[in-house]
Amino acid sequence: MVGITSYGGYIPRYRLNRMIIVQNMAWYFPVIMAVAQGEKAVANWDEDAMSMAVAASYDCMAGKDRKSLDGVYLASTTLPFADRMNAGIIAAALNAPEGGAANADFSACLRAGTTASIAAIEAIMAGGKKNVLVVAADQRRAKMATLHEMFYGDGAAALLFGQDNVIAEFKGSYSLSCDFVDHYKGYGKEFDYGWEERWIRDEGYGKIIPQAIAGFLKKTGMSIGDFFKVIYPCYFSGTHKDIAKKLGIDPSKAQNNLHAVCGDTGTAHPLVMLVAALEEAKPGDKLLVASFGQGCDVLAFEVTEKIKDIKGPKGIKGHLANKVDLVSYQRFSKFRDLITADLGIRGEANPNTSLTTLWRNRKMILGLVGAKCKQCGTPQFPPSPMCIKPDCGTVNEFEDYEFANRKAKVLMFTGDMLAASVDPPAVYGLVGFDGGGRTLLDFTDCDINQIKVGMPVTLSFRRRSIDKVRGFTGYFWKAIPQIGGE
Amino acid sequence: MSTGIRDKVAIIGMGCSKFGERWNDGPDALMVEAFQECIADAGIDKKEIQAAWLATCFDEISVGKSALPASMALKLPNIAVTRVENFCASGTEAFRGAVYGVASGAYDIALAIGVEKLKDIGYGGLPEFSTAMGSLNSLWFANMTAPGGFAMLASGYAAKYGLDMQFIKKAIAHVSVKSHANGALNPKAHLRKQVTEEQVLNAPMIAYPLGLFDCCGVSDGSACAIVTTPEIAKSLGKKDSVTVKALQLSLSNGTEIAYDWDGAHFITTTKASTAAYKEAGIKNPREEISMMEVHDCFSITELVTMEDLHISERGKAPEDILNGLYDRGGKVPCQVDGGLKCFGHPIGASGLRMIYEMYLQLNGRAGERQLKDPKFGLTHNLGGFPMMNVCSIAIVGKYGA
Repeated sequence: MVGITSYGGYIPRYRLNRMIIVQNMAWYFPVIMAVAQGEKAVANWDEDAMSMAVAASYDCMAGKDRKSLDGVYLASTTLPFADRMNAGIIAAALNAPEGGAANADFSACLRAGTTASIAAIEAIMAGGKKNVLVVAADQRRAKMATLHEMFYGDGAAALLFGQDNVIAEFKGSYSLSCDFVDHYKGYGKEFDYGWEERWIRDEGYGKIIPQAIAGFLKKTGMSIGDFFKVIYPCYFSGTHKDIAKKLGIDPSKAQNNLHAVCGDTGTAHPLVMLVAALEEAKPGDKLLVASFGQGCDVLAFEVTEKIKDIKGPKGIKGHLANKVDLVSYQRFSKFRDLITADLGIRGEANPNTSLTTLWRNRKMILGLVGAKCKQCGTPQFPPSPMCIKPDCGTVNEFEDYEFANRKAKVLMFTGDMLAASVDPPAVYGLVGFDGGGRTLLDFTDCDINQIKVGMPVTLSFRRRSIDKVRGFTGYFWKAIPQIGGE
Repeated sequence: MSTGIRDKVAIIGMGCSKFGERWNDGPDALMVEAFQECIADAGIDKKEIQAAWLATCFDEISVGKSALPASMALKLPNIAVTRVENFCASGTEAFRGAVYGVASGAYDIALAIGVEKLKDIGYGGLPEFSTAMGSLNSLWFANMTAPGGFAMLASGYAAKYGLDMQFIKKAIAHVSVKSHANGALNPKAHLRKQVTEEQVLNAPMIAYPLGLFDCCGVSDGSACAIVTTPEIAKSLGKKDSVTVKALQLSLSNGTEIAYDWDGAHFITTTKASTAAYKEAGIKNPREEISMMEVHDCFSITELVTMEDLHISERGKAPEDILNGLYDRGGKVPCQVDGGLKCFGHPIGASGLRMIYEMYLQLNGRAGERQLKDPKFGLTHNLGGFPMMNVCSIAIVGKYGA
């Protein structure tokens, strides 16, 4: 049996009520009022598709052996590197194996998440791979006062595919590929360029998704009535309903498009919606998932008894519940670099990233992997050739020690108004890990006024730097104080 | 078996420039200003100086690399000049170089000079650290500034002793009020206005819980010393010379940031001060130290340092501070010249500026600030961050004291 063996999700903590966009920008383009229902998920200033993909991947791999991965497939249209395998950064963040692994980026189309899933499934069915992690994420910038700004939300979802302990068995797929260009983003362009909405919804979503599903049903001999949920993206909520009608399904069988609670997460969205459906599914339920972008992929799954064993992931539901209102449109605009505020002269420093240094220390920087002394057992970060424990001093006898999943606590902290930051104050502090080891980390997703010494923190992979001169994006880990406890 | 530095080297001359925003003076002018005072004080000819040590920290924006800037500014007679840099301990490091050079017998007379021209960078505070931290640290180190780094101590200290942050704020406000009162009396200080506790407490936040007045100034300045052996000092007609009683350095080894530490004290200062007292023959520092110039880069640093120097008991520095123990009229006057608080912190110069005040006090030349019969003066520098730092301590006093 081949299928989904685990799932994970990530929705960033900040939510922007669409009425705030309307209040600030409807003077410029009143049409945005028509889609101003609910709120959208907004990535923090230090988040992007990569950081969200890592968060969803860790969520998915909770309780699973990351060393058993033989491939990480990353799907996104908002990747930081045009040439440097982005999926390799995710794999390094997961401290996944290097030997025997074949990772890949799936990009340039919002359908890439489902395409990557089909590729993973087919590789496993062909016997070439055993465990493949597919993760999709997008953090799409949109111009101010546009429907894109209203519709787009940020998020990520991850699916682990394999043959053991399958929670949702793969039941077949069908793809329809055509060069329908509802929007595009040219190389070097900052923003998507879109065509008329009426055409996109009537001739695009409204026709292509039903056609692809019809093709799937014909190919597999299955019936639309077999499915507990039919999952397809479409940020026009009216059209989303019309598609259900065209498919001949009860409106309750159409998986919610999440417009009101997080917005359309782009490449991630079919997977985000699928994860949301899996969270509610019972053994025996059949799920049909379709994507949209230069055609449509359709995949079917049947939920198994094993889904009851899945307890680790926070998933989409858990992340949607963890939210803070972003009440300032200016702050949102600054997070997305849509407005120019002075970062100050300290923000001008832009040292080159040493690629040799990064290569030597890739596990430490991307995976938050430290060392454990084989003699005294002391965990330590950063790894160093000589044991940190006074009076031990063992040299070069260490094993890898992952810190990313450890519980930790705030030992000391501050909020710094002098440090150059997109979101001052820059909060950071010394963090001590349960079981040993401590280090200094930037904090994120927090309010300085709520932090106390002794407060638990979790670790989060974040974008650390953008070198606009050379085009390099750097990543490291930050601590997130858990205001509500562990 | 080492015998320590006590009474092996005498200071025969010192100089200190006016500290401040010296917009119209470069580092060479600052060095010359300090040096002219120093050489006149020493009463020797420049040609008698056999070796020199120059301290600067931010060479990138200050004087550039190597010791050439000092050799060329002072037109030294083609002697050995060495540039040293060890964060905020740089000035004391230059002094240590000159003192050890004389103590070793390699030289009869040596010069230590420190300079920093911070006001050429275009903004307040210290320069940005990213180019100074190395290629690996720049990939992961927290987005930390100097005030933020030290501000963390307040949270660690409050947690360790179960204190309310408002109480700590009040104690560190007194630290700054006291230093401003002293600085107001010092014509060479940068900031010469008295401040009130209310002003300090209501100042804008820089890094929680430190407000503007919890942070030392940033300024340009230079200070220097000429040292020789007590015998040569005597032969030059110097009676009752000020000599070096102790010179100690202690550096973090990674324990604080990566292994174990309470976040409420400096391991380095605790160790260096113990060694310094031993070297100087001091048994009870609270009773024997007459005066101190400590590294009050931030008020919380001074508070914690009072305990690490074994003057205040652990957890009791706030009370001692609020009781006026460290005021100019108190038992152990601290920052008699106004401290970094009022002088600012031109890094290479600071350690030597502190020794300069001790030297003036011991020679009865401190004017309005003069203390009665000081015996031992202690100076302390703390560079880097609380969780990884360089600490230097010097103790000076009259020969034979």
